[in-house]
Amino acid sequence: MRLKIEPRLETPRWLPFVSIVLALILALLIGAIPLAYGGLDPFVAYRQMFRTGFFEPYSFSDTLVKATPLILAGLGVTIAFRMRLWNIGAEGQLFLGAWATTGVALFWLPPTTPKVVMLAAMTLAGFAAGALWGAIPGVLKAKLGVNEIISSLMLTYVAFEFNNYFVYGPWAAGGFGLTAPFPRTAWFPRLTDFGDAVPAFRGMTAHLGILYGVVAAVILFIIFKYSKWGYELKVIGDNPDAARYAGMNLSRTIIMTMIISGGLAGLAGMSEVAGVVHRLQENFSPGYGFTAIIVAWLARLNPLAVIVVGYLFGGLLVGGDAIQPAGIPLLIQGIILFCVISADTFTRYRLRIVQPVASTATN
Amino acid sequence: MSNTPYALEMRGITKRFPGVLANDDVNFAVEKGEIHALLGENGAGKSTLMNMVNGLYRADEGKILLDGKPVKFSSPRDAIDSGVGMVHQHFMLVPTQTVSENLILGQKAPRFYINYKKLEQDIAELSRKFGLAVDPQAKIWQLSVGEQQRVEILKMLYQGAKLLIMDEPTAVLTPQEVTDLFKTLREMTATGHTIIFISHKLDEVVEIADKVTVLRRGKVVATVDGHATSKAELARLMVGREVLFRIKKKPAEPTTDALVIDSVSCENDRGLPALRDLSLTVRSGEVVGIAGVAGNGQTELAQVITGLREAKFGTITVQGQNVTNQSATATIDQGLAYIPSDRNGVGSSPNLTLADNLILKSYRKPPIGPGWRIDLKLVRSQAEKLIEQFDVKTPSADLPARLLSGGNLQKLILAREISRQPKVIIAVYPVRGLDVGAIESIHQMLIDERDRGAGILLISEDLDELLSLSDRIVVLFEGQIVGEVPPEDERIDEIGLMMAGTKVEHSHAT
Ligand SMILES: Nc1ncnc2c1ncn2[C@@H]1O[C@H](COP(=O)(O)OP(=O)(O)OP(=O)(O)O)[C@@H](O)[C@H]1O
Ligand SMILES: [Mg+2]
Repeated sequence: MRLKIEPRLETPRWLPFVSIVLALILALLIGAIPLAYGGLDPFVAYRQMFRTGFFEPYSFSDTLVKATPLILAGLGVTIAFRMRLWNIGAEGQLFLGAWATTGVALFWLPPTTPKVVMLAAMTLAGFAAGALWGAIPGVLKAKLGVNEIISSLMLTYVAFEFNNYFVYGPWAAGGFGLTAPFPRTAWFPRLTDFGDAVPAFRGMTAHLGILYGVVAAVILFIIFKYSKWGYELKVIGDNPDAARYAGMNLSRTIIMTMIISGGLAGLAGMSEVAGVVHRLQENFSPGYGFTAIIVAWLARLNPLAVIVVGYLFGGLLVGGDAIQPAGIPLLIQGIILFCVISADTFTRYRLRIVQPVASTATN
Repeated sequence: MSNTPYALEMRGITKRFPGVLANDDVNFAVEKGEIHALLGENGAGKSTLMNMVNGLYRADEGKILLDGKPVKFSSPRDAIDSGVGMVHQHFMLVPTQTVSENLILGQKAPRFYINYKKLEQDIAELSRKFGLAVDPQAKIWQLSVGEQQRVEILKMLYQGAKLLIMDEPTAVLTPQEVTDLFKTLREMTATGHTIIFISHKLDEVVEIADKVTVLRRGKVVATVDGHATSKAELARLMVGREVLFRIKKKPAEPTTDALVIDSVSCENDRGLPALRDLSLTVRSGEVVGIAGVAGNGQTELAQVITGLREAKFGTITVQGQNVTNQSATATIDQGLAYIPSDRNGVGSSPNLTLADNLILKSYRKPPIGPGWRIDLKLVRSQAEKLIEQFDVKTPSADLPARLLSGGNLQKLILAREISRQPKVIIAVYPVRGLDVGAIESIHQMLIDERDRGAGILLISEDLDELLSLSDRIVVLFEGQIVGEVPPEDERIDEIGLMMAGTKVEHSHAT
C-alpha cells in the first residue's frame, strides 16, 4: 500500500473555502508547538491573541490601522498577479511612496499649506513614487524581457538603502534614523480627532487611509469585472499569444499594470507615514509589502476579499503584539502561509491510497 | 471471453462531466495487431473515451481491460509504463525545451546524466525508421505545428508504447507525411503493436483501418469492418443523414481588390527567410486558395498579413489602406478576420469562458465595448446566439474554452471571426479537426461570406478542400508563389508537382 498524488479533474466549489479554513486551523495547531516550547500555554496565548486582535473595545480601530497598509499594498499585488506579473517588490514601492510623501510634508511644501492641499499633494507624491518604482521592472520586462520577480525584489533592497540614506543623512533629525515629525497639516484625520463630537471615538487611531483602501478595492473590482482594461488583463494573463492576436498592446499593458501596482503600494507607504508614524524612519514597516503578497494570494486575487483578508491579518498583527516573545506573530504568519499554499495544492490534486493488487500499472 | 484476449477491452464505460454525458455505456474492443479507427461527430466523446484508457480521466462506471487484465491507471505515466501511449489532439510538449529533452521528459532513465549524443542518435534512428524527420536540437517553439505533431508521435514510440492511441494525428500532417505515417503504422502492427486512431478524414479511415467504431452522442452506434465499408456509409453512421462532400457554389463575381500583397519578404522564428518577394491579390467576392506543403511559408504569410509578424520588405494593403507592419488592431479595424492554424495556442484563451473568447476581436468597440466598459449583458446574449447559430456543443457559455472538444473550439473561433462580417478572411486550415457534417456547414458559411462580398484567402493542405472552395489556386513553395492553377480536378497532378517544387512549363504564373 502506498500513497499517490494525482491531479483532480474537477474541483468542487466548496473545496477552496473548506481547505483555507482547515489550513488556518492546522497552522494554529502547528504554531502551538513553538508556543509551548517557549513556555506559553498555546490555548491561553491564542485566546489572548484573538481577543486583542478582534474583541476588545479598541480592537476594531487598532486592527484597521494595521490592515490599512496590508489592504493597499495587497491590492497592488493583486492587480499585477492577475496578469501573472509577479511583482513581489511591494515593500520597496511602499518605502519609496513613504519617502516622497515625507519630502512633500517636510521639505517641499511649507507647513502652513492648507491641510487639504497638503494631503492631496502627499497622496499624489506617494502614488507617483511607488508607481515609478513599479514602472522600472515593468519597463524592463516589457522592453527587454527581464524577469520581474528578480528586478522587483532587488529594487526593494535599493529602496531600503535609499530610505536609510535620507533618514540618516540629509533628512535626519538628530542622527537616529528618523526625520523630524510632520506638521499637523500633514497628518491624516483619525477617529480620535473627532472625539469631541463622538466621545466613543476618543483614543481610536484608525485613519483616513482605510477609506483609501476600500475605495481602491471597489474601483479595482469594477475594473476587473466590467472594464475593457480588466478584460485585457485577463486575456494577457491567460494567453499572451491570444492577446497579441486580438490586437492588445502587451508592453503598454504590462507597464501600466506595474505603474498602478506600484502606485497602490506607494499609497500604502504614504498612508502609513501620514496616518500612523507621522515621520519617516528606518524600518517603519514590519514587512507590510511582503505580507501583502500573502493577503492577495489568500484573497484569490479578488479585491473585495483583500479587504476581508487584510482585516484578518491586521488582527493577527495586533493580537500577535500582545503575546511574547516578539518573533511569534511572524512565525505564525509564516506557518499560515505555508499551510494555505499547501492546501491550495490539494484543491488541484488529491491523495489516494493505492493497493498494489488492484493495479498492474505500478512497479 | 475468447482465447486470445483483446489488446484493449472497455465494458460499460460511462463518463459524465458537469452538464454533459460524454460517454454512455460504451463497449469497445480492439484486437491485438489491428488498426482500429474511432469515428464520430465533434463532441461525440472520442477523446474522452481514449483519455480514460490513457489514465488522464477515470470512468464513472465500467471496466477497462488490457490484454484481458483489468487496469486502473491514475496517470498517463502509469499508462505508458504498461505500454499504452497516446498522442493528443492538443500538443503536450514543453515549448522552451528541445526535441530530445521533450522525448525523455517523464522517463525513468536517464536519472541524472543525459548523454545527448546517444540520445540524438537514437532519435535520428527512430526518425529515419518511421519517416518522422525532425531536428533533435530544435526548440519546440521553433517548430511548425506539423513538426510538433511529429515530435509527439516520436515521443510515444521512444517511450515504448505497445498500444498507441492517436487522437487526430493526421489533422496536421501533409499528405506525404500521412502516407509515411501509414507505412509506419502498418510496420508497427506487423510487429504486434496495436493502434487506435481517431480521425475525421473518412478517406484515411477507409484506407488504413481494419475495424471502425462509430460514436454518436457518447454511444456506440456501430462497429464495422474497415475494408468493407465506404465513405458514404461511415458519414451516414456518424451524422445520421447523407452528407455532401463537395460544396455547390455559383461562379465567383470578384469586384475590387480587397487584399493586396506587394513584394513582401519576411523571416521565420529562426531568422531564416520565410517569404521571398511574394505578391498576391485577393478581390472581394472570391476565394483564393493557397496550396503547399506545410512549412513553405503558410503560417508566416498569414501572420505578416495580420500584423503579427514583421515584413522586411514590401507592402500589404487591406481595402485600400496600408497596414504593413501596423499592429494587429489596425488589421482588425480594417475588417480582417483571421482563423489561425493553432487554435489552442493563438486562437483562444483556454481558461477564459466561451463568452469571453467570443469577444476577443470585438471588445474594443461599441456595441460590445462602449466607453471604458464591456457590456456584459450583450456579451452573454451574443455568446448564446453564436453558440446556437454555429452549433457549438457545450453545456453553457460559461465553460472555460479548454474544456471544449477540439472541433467545437474550432467552431467557436469561426463563429467569432465570421460574425464580425469581415471584408477579408484569412483562413488557415479552417476545418481542421471538424467532422464531415461540420465541414459541410463551415464550407457553406465561407462561400456565403464570399457571396456577401468578402475576399477570402484559404490556406490549406487538403487538395479536395482547395478544389471545392477556391476560385483560383496558387501554389506556395519555399516562400514563393510558383504558379496559379484553376481549381479543376484534372489539374490535381500539376498542383501536386508544383507543391513539390517542380516548375510546370505551361502554367500561367502570376
Ligand atoms: N474536462 C471536461 N469538462 C467538461 N466537459 C468536458 C470535458 N472534456 C470534454 N468535455 C465535453 O465532453 C464532450 C465530449 O468531448 P470529447 O473531447 O470527448 O469529444 P470528441 O469526440 O473528441 O470531439 P472532437 O472530434 O471535436 O475532438 C464535449 O461536449 C465536451 O465539451
Ligand atoms: Mg477530440
